Amino acid sequence: MTTGFWHQVAAVVNRDLLRERRRGDVLWVTIPFGAIALLLVPLAVGTDATLLREIGPGMYWVIVMLFGVLVSVGKASSETLPQQDASALLGLDPAAGFVGRTLSATLLMLIFEVVVGVVAVGLYDVSIIGFPWLVVTLLIVAVGLALLGTLTGSIVNSTSAGTALVPLLVAPLSVPLLLGATQSYEGLRLGHSILSWVLLMAAVVLIVAIIGVLTARPLQET
Amino acid sequence: MIEGPLVELDGIGVRIGSTQILRDVDLEIGAGEVVGLFGANGAGKTTALRLIATLIRPAQGSGRVLGADLTSPERYDVRRRIGMIGHTPGIFPELTLGENLRYAARVAGVPADRANEALAAVGLAGAVDRLAGASSHGMQRRTEFARELMIDRSLLLLDEPHSALDRDAVDLVEGLIARKAEEGGAVVVVSHDRDRINKIAHRSVELSGGTLS
Repeated sequence: MTTGFWHQVAAVVNRDLLRERRRGDVLWVTIPFGAIALLLVPLAVGTDATLLREIGPGMYWVIVMLFGVLVSVGKASSETLPQQDASALLGLDPAAGFVGRTLSATLLMLIFEVVVGVVAVGLYDVSIIGFPWLVVTLLIVAVGLALLGTLTGSIVNSTSAGTALVPLLVAPLSVPLLLGATQSYEGLRLGHSILSWVLLMAAVVLIVAIIGVLTARPLQET
Repeated sequence: MIEGPLVELDGIGVRIGSTQILRDVDLEIGAGEVVGLFGANGAGKTTALRLIATLIRPAQGSGRVLGADLTSPERYDVRRRIGMIGHTPGIFPELTLGENLRYAARVAGVPADRANEALAAVGLAGAVDRLAGASSHGMQRRTEFARELMIDRSLLLLDEPHSALDRDAVDLVEGLIARKAEEGGAVVVVSHDRDRINKIAHRSVELSGGTLS
């Protein structure tokens, strides 16, 4: 008896979310630290309301990028070799494993974005403009960071360089997402079309998704 | 049904990084055989098991496991028929014993209700909801044996299978090994306990410095 791709994806998502619920790494460590990071900025730059309103969206996206990558890299690199071997011998398609880990990381990223977003709105008086487009942006960034982190985690798992590689791999790839997210908000604020920025982010997501799926098997075999 | 040996290694060498772990390994294991694999620490026993499990590719030589070439993509198709219990448990400590087996069942395409039956078969019926991380090493190993019972495997690779097990569990494991051989499968058992393995194995081989003798 064999099992389908999406059935395996669902098993991996369920497994990862159960693990996170019991470990609480994201919910009880990363999210509070992300919120604290946003709280610390006014201490450094002062509490001028106009300045905070001006830098608020940018600070929000920087925090989402930095902590978001930690969320998904942590999820992807948390499997030991015996656990990976056991899954491989159950017949887990590496691409299904990649997609499953990415989906569970996306869900956690969305929770992170919403919680930190509430802090940003409350603390920096950031306006919520163009709600449907903002939701699209949040979703693309969540998927993008989850993909980047999962791919990086897979690379880290398969090489002896360990986590030292993470910043080198993630920093250049996350720049288009950061740029797209900040410029989208700015475009919404000024009433401009943000379609080109959304398409840029979507293109990055698509490219990383294709790379992730295609390299899932070779990375597992390394 | 596979014609010929279930495991066939011919002049196999394995390198991990710049280190040659296995060299010129020749081994044949036929259906119904139980083979003991001995060797000192660092002799390459675990690498040999992972090689037979198709989880690492040989750098030299050629080999077939369950009819699949070790260097071709066809090896992915036979993985589900290979069970391996390593020295370190391959289950997730944050999941309960039942959740671990249900995850395995869902990935392997086995009905999930077999998970509880398999746990009951290894004496863990009352521990289905117990977190794996809060269970003893022996219970974790029993859970892994339950996983192997649940899935139809043709080849079992066991690394120190008696470690951390009580008398009942040892009997269970030895029963599983004997049954697998009777069913026409094959079992490779790595152990330092030669006397115990010699009682259940049809023959033994020794790894020394990465070479089989």
